[in-house]
Amino acid sequence: MAVRLRVNPITCAGHGLCAELLPERVTLDEWHYPVVSGEPVPPELEPLARRAVTDCPALALLLERAR
Amino acid sequence: MSGITESTALWYASRATGVVCLVLLTVVVLLGILVNRQGRLPGLPRFAVTGLHRSISLLAVAFLAIHVITAVADKFVTIQLIAAVVPFTSSYLPFQIGLGAVALDLIAALTVTSLIRARLGRRLWRGVHWLAYAAYPVAVAHSVVSAKDLRSGALLALTVGCVLSVCAAACYRLAAAEYRRRLAFPGWRLGAGR
Amino acid sequence: MTSATTMAWPAPAVNESPGLPRLLPPGALDLDGHVQAYGALCYSGAPRELIEEIRVAGLTGRGGAGFPAAVKMTAVADRRGRPVVVGNGAEGEPASHKDRHLLWLAPHLVLDGLQLAAEAVGARRAYLYVHGHDWLLRGLGHALAERSAARWDRIAVEIVAAPPRFLAGEESALASRVGGGLALPTFKRPPVFERGVGGAPTLVQNVETLAHMALIARFGAAWFRQVGTAAEPGSMLVTAHRADGDSLVSEVPIGAPLAAVLDLGRQPVQAVLAGGYHGAWIPAAQAAALPLANAALRQAGASLGAGVLAALPADRCGLAETAGVLRYLAAESAGQCGPCLNGLPRIAAAFSALSRPGAGRRYLADLERWSGLVAGRGACHHPDGTVRLVRSALAVFSDELEWHLAGRCTAEPPAGDLGSAGEPGLAAVPFLPLPAGDSGSLMPAPPRHGWR
Repeated sequence: MAVRLRVNPITCAGHGLCAELLPERVTLDEWHYPVVSGEPVPPELEPLARRAVTDCPALALLLERAR
Repeated sequence: MSGITESTALWYASRATGVVCLVLLTVVVLLGILVNRQGRLPGLPRFAVTGLHRSISLLAVAFLAIHVITAVADKFVTIQLIAAVVPFTSSYLPFQIGLGAVALDLIAALTVTSLIRARLGRRLWRGVHWLAYAAYPVAVAHSVVSAKDLRSGALLALTVGCVLSVCAAACYRLAAAEYRRRLAFPGWRLGAGR
Repeated sequence: MTSATTMAWPAPAVNESPGLPRLLPPGALDLDGHVQAYGALCYSGAPRELIEEIRVAGLTGRGGAGFPAAVKMTAVADRRGRPVVVGNGAEGEPASHKDRHLLWLAPHLVLDGLQLAAEAVGARRAYLYVHGHDWLLRGLGHALAERSAARWDRIAVEIVAAPPRFLAGEESALASRVGGGLALPTFKRPPVFERGVGGAPTLVQNVETLAHMALIARFGAAWFRQVGTAAEPGSMLVTAHRADGDSLVSEVPIGAPLAAVLDLGRQPVQAVLAGGYHGAWIPAAQAAALPLANAALRQAGASLGAGVLAALPADRCGLAETAGVLRYLAAESAGQCGPCLNGLPRIAAAFSALSRPGAGRRYLADLERWSGLVAGRGACHHPDGTVRLVRSALAVFSDELEWHLAGRCTAEPPAGDLGSAGEPGLAAVPFLPLPAGDSGSLMPAPPRHGWR
């Protein structure tokens, strides 16, 4: 089942770990906030995506089922 | 050397691991504040700062475990295992050991919640994590009142250095730029009015 | 459901449209007047029955999103847990006056709708969320007291005061405030209709939508569809800001000619703002040919929104007016999301620079980049609506923009001519209303109906 990365923009404080761990899906804008691609995360990148979710200092990332 | 009994070895081990644990906890708190302030260590990516914060805290927990076990195992003084987690129930130096038990309980809470933080949710994890600012002073207090050699010489200098660096970092944390930036928005500051 | 097809009060003589007005009586109605005018409140007797009638009627939300009311109600009724109903009268937008007009003139219509909606979704708690103007709270308190004395309401209604902010009426900000917290938007996961006030499934409906519901319950879906278009039936309240400076709230059938609603022929107009401060500009010539309906407005890049329309006189500077609105919108950001709190002030500043003659072309590139960066990246649609306004202004006022880049302004007086050091290019009084002091606290003026 495909999963997708999503960011809660309110709790996000712009740490930027997500972009380091998963540059294939997350880039940083000029204010250091994540631009999260809505594309599904392929299975080989899923462990990195889960790590990004767990390691985010603000716990602002979540993985959801891609509909 | 003659005169080194098993008990002495355990006693030294307990005190040594205690000092190491204190230093490691200091580093953990400093790294935690660095993560919160989005700081970087030279040459390292940001996920390494959080990685170090996690790894060193687990290392501190390991040293804490050895510190407790050797203290309990040492037959020269009587410290029940239960006294390590239930504060102020030790036969030997109940107050001093009790402080250590409080610190251990707090550190246990911090560790467990952080291991399952993604499942716990932000509010709960963050609420418990603030206890770090309580755990550290209690750990320092336990160390200072329990170990005479921390109160003089090189170890005193070490302890003072650790405490001062954490105080300085905590002040820096309080003066957090992000808090002030959000205050600039009337919507946030007024809580959108009531 | 009664079988009456007409209402019991005489339509005002100035009105040209048959079957109107429905929602706005000539003067404020108390409970007796309300019963005389509309008949008694008729509960349907069973939950969900009203929803079907509303579905056939084709009623859409009048709060700005235009979402089909029946779909929303079904979604809430289907959720597990006892729902909560909230009537949203916190219009927040400085240019919109329709909700407070409605709440002043016909509070019982709104309160009827609230009871009916609660019955339809099975709610036991109802709230009315309004800005805290003294006169409004007094009027509503009086209306509720009348209903309680006459035992009209099945569910007690609690009035919750909204702060005077642009985003106070946003759905999740409303749910947060009604639940006892701050009126700030939240991350909508799960959405408000699933978990809103106090964790309960929450039905949020604009007060005008509730008023329409109260009438549909009395007169039926077929009656409702007698005005409006087939695709967008019914009437709607608009706040029309005409070119001569006159602002009025009136009820018009959907599909009415925009030119008549705004009286576009009376004096030269350069552009029309449709949909309020999160809406879009339309060139006057194009607007004059459009009906007031989403089908046509969407093709022009705009939408009805909450019915705010403004006709910009030809001698004003469209860029300066838009810049003023953007500065307001930037200040009204909740400040919670990085892209919005960083992007909107910069967008406002760049646009303000462009609204002064002689600005450099580089601001355009910045504007385009920042617009792309903020849209869709907030927890609410504040940045999206702002970007929409920016893009439409740059498109519609492109000629004026070229003049400005060349160092001139065609407005009278030219933008940049007057004003103190801080305020770029606004004439003494801006055309588009912005809060300076508490203009929203004024009681509504006597209503004018139709669009004359």
